[in-house]
Amino acid sequence: MDSKSRTLRLRSGLYRTNLSMLILTLAAAVATPVPPAGAQDNIFTGTNSGATSIRIAVADFKPLAADAQSTAFKQTFDATFYADLANAGIFDIVSKSLLPAANPGSPAEMQLQSYATAPASAAFVTFGSLGVAGGKLVANGYLFDAKNAQYPQVLAKQYSEDATEDSARQVAHRFADEIIFRLGGGTPGIAETKIYFVKVGGGEKEIWAMDYDGANPRPITHLGSISISPRVSPDNSRLAFTSLGKYGFQLKMYSLLLGRYVNFPSGSGSSESPAWSPNGNEVAYAAAPDGQFNIWIADSNGALARKVTSFRGGNVSPVYNPRTGAQIAFISAVTGLPQLYIMNTDGSGVQRLTDGGYASSPSWSPNGQFLAFAWDRKYGPGAPGGQDIYIIPTTPGPDGAYHWVQLTWDGGRCDFPSWSPDGRHIVYANSADGRPEHMRIWTMLADHTQKHPLTGPGADMPNWSWK
Amino acid sequence: MRKNRQEKVLVAQQKQESLMTTPRSMKSRSIRAALYLAVAMVAISGCSKKPSPVNPASLGPTAPTPPSPPTATLTADPLAIDLGQSVVLNWRTTDATSVIIDGIGPVNVNGTQTVSPSSSTNFHLTAKGEGGSTEANVRVTVRVPVAPTVPADTSATTATPDMGSEAAFHANVPDIFFDYDSYELRAEGQTSAAKAAAYLVAHPEIRIVIGGYCDDRGSAEYNLALGENRANAAKTALVSAGVAPARVRVVSFGKEKQFCTEETDECWQQNRRAQFSLDR
Repeated sequence: MDSKSRTLRLRSGLYRTNLSMLILTLAAAVATPVPPAGAQDNIFTGTNSGATSIRIAVADFKPLAADAQSTAFKQTFDATFYADLANAGIFDIVSKSLLPAANPGSPAEMQLQSYATAPASAAFVTFGSLGVAGGKLVANGYLFDAKNAQYPQVLAKQYSEDATEDSARQVAHRFADEIIFRLGGGTPGIAETKIYFVKVGGGEKEIWAMDYDGANPRPITHLGSISISPRVSPDNSRLAFTSLGKYGFQLKMYSLLLGRYVNFPSGSGSSESPAWSPNGNEVAYAAAPDGQFNIWIADSNGALARKVTSFRGGNVSPVYNPRTGAQIAFISAVTGLPQLYIMNTDGSGVQRLTDGGYASSPSWSPNGQFLAFAWDRKYGPGAPGGQDIYIIPTTPGPDGAYHWVQLTWDGGRCDFPSWSPDGRHIVYANSADGRPEHMRIWTMLADHTQKHPLTGPGADMPNWSWK
Repeated sequence: MRKNRQEKVLVAQQKQESLMTTPRSMKSRSIRAALYLAVAMVAISGCSKKPSPVNPASLGPTAPTPPSPPTATLTADPLAIDLGQSVVLNWRTTDATSVIIDGIGPVNVNGTQTVSPSSSTNFHLTAKGEGGSTEANVRVTVRVPVAPTVPADTSATTATPDMGSEAAFHANVPDIFFDYDSYELRAEGQTSAAKAAAYLVAHPEIRIVIGGYCDDRGSAEYNLALGENRANAAKTALVSAGVAPARVRVVSFGKEKQFCTEETDECWQQNRRAQFSLDR
């Protein structure tokens, strides 16, 4: 009952446009923790043009060979490919029990009618074949329009890669992204994107990277210190972060192309929480050369630094509007507890968005319309409630107020939301019991559905790559 | 309790300093390498527990049969090597769908791999299947040659000014504690600062670092600013009592260095402070 009342508390006028979905969400929330079958492109981000989810049949690929290696790769491919489409947030995937028993491997073997009619009733069907041939992993993937008997082929792709487990995963991601791009309103898929994060262990924190689905985690830094706040550049060439050295926390820059650190002078004193402008030419950050943390902007090499704010109390966590590059959201404690603000990059038009509590960690949605952030609305010693993920529009409603929406609740401490480049997903850190060492990284659709963890405990501060 | 905390601080500082300077010997370098490997392995094992994606095979029409639990063996040949030599790892599993070896990553269900660990390593294999998961371990010992140590350089220590003993310093320069989400000095904080300033004015050879710390609630990035403000509030109190600003260095640690990790008011109070150390 509690979850129902909480869902109702989503005081979003945005939901009104799609009452059926709200009811569906409610029914799902009350009856079962499983996300609604029709979890669709979220209506907040504007990427959904009102169409309901596309019903798609995902046939397991047919093995090209029966050897053990091919079988293992095919298993990896099928599971990864299925998960990519299920996670995309725009599909209604036909249950595999409703599909014909035999999996077609090529258009010649395709019995389109058996997918188009009940019980499958699919609008689209994906199928193909995969195996190891001549030392290469070869995959042929097809997307067919099930309702177009005469010219059903929408997409045909052939992949030939080194025969490794990772290739099987990457080929699945690439083919899934091709399909999502074509059926998802022209928005590129995110299956090939990366998530950078802080790996916590042994009293140290290092920056790590992983695939968008949590697979393939790998270390980037080996500083043996405390490194936090990773932010990858829009072209994936560099990683800005903050690291503890002899003179306190300062910005550091790592070239992902060169595989080494590059100079980024951020002045004397502490500096932290870098953010890239969408064209990659500027970095905004918080620095305290005079003992007060304020927002600064420098070029991408750390030169030509200029101070943008001059408020007392601490000003941190800047983030650019990724659509315009002309605005920055940040956290300021100028009035007491930290609150969420936006301003123009020249320091004009400072606007407070939150009306109290304790706000942190803003992330601007790719379409520029929303900020996701962490908020403890009843912050204080002994106060009830907790820190959860919210989104808030960056322009006020007709009544002049900013109508925020709560995306998490009753799940422990949440922090560091980060939007996916397609605007349909938000990754965030969560600790069920609130203890910092139990932080793990979760992902969800931006309409708060399909929450699931991507890592085990000891992973914090996720940052989703721009592409 | 108090003494214990200071020791932890010292260890942390020495560790940081050793990271900033060039390793003095082969020995320290190899120990560092071993540490990195150990940390990386712990880290990988922590991160590999991701949720199993929807298994399409389980959705098929075949009748479900109770899956049998997986088994796994892991061996290494040879079990002991000299630094730079390699070892062949050999693993066999049954009824496993995914197999992960920490430090290597996901691997085939059966296989071999040649590795060259730079220090003695426990290889840990986790096999997961329909019927559960199992683990297997093997330890590879690496004999690391010990380089002759260089005699300690005594000239450097004589050049540094005499700052007196740590004990005398901490007895006369007490930490300053703060209220929740505040960087204003409380009444007893003013008293502490006055006492500290008197000692520092009387001992002009002492240079200090003020570390600003926060409890572990709230945002990591904002708490770095709050820690900076706490350390600067302490510095301002010292400077206005006559201590030259050039003698005082400020470092904010935010919520990244907790001395007390219990989730209690008493513990949080211990963490919310400006702490004074000798800037040697």
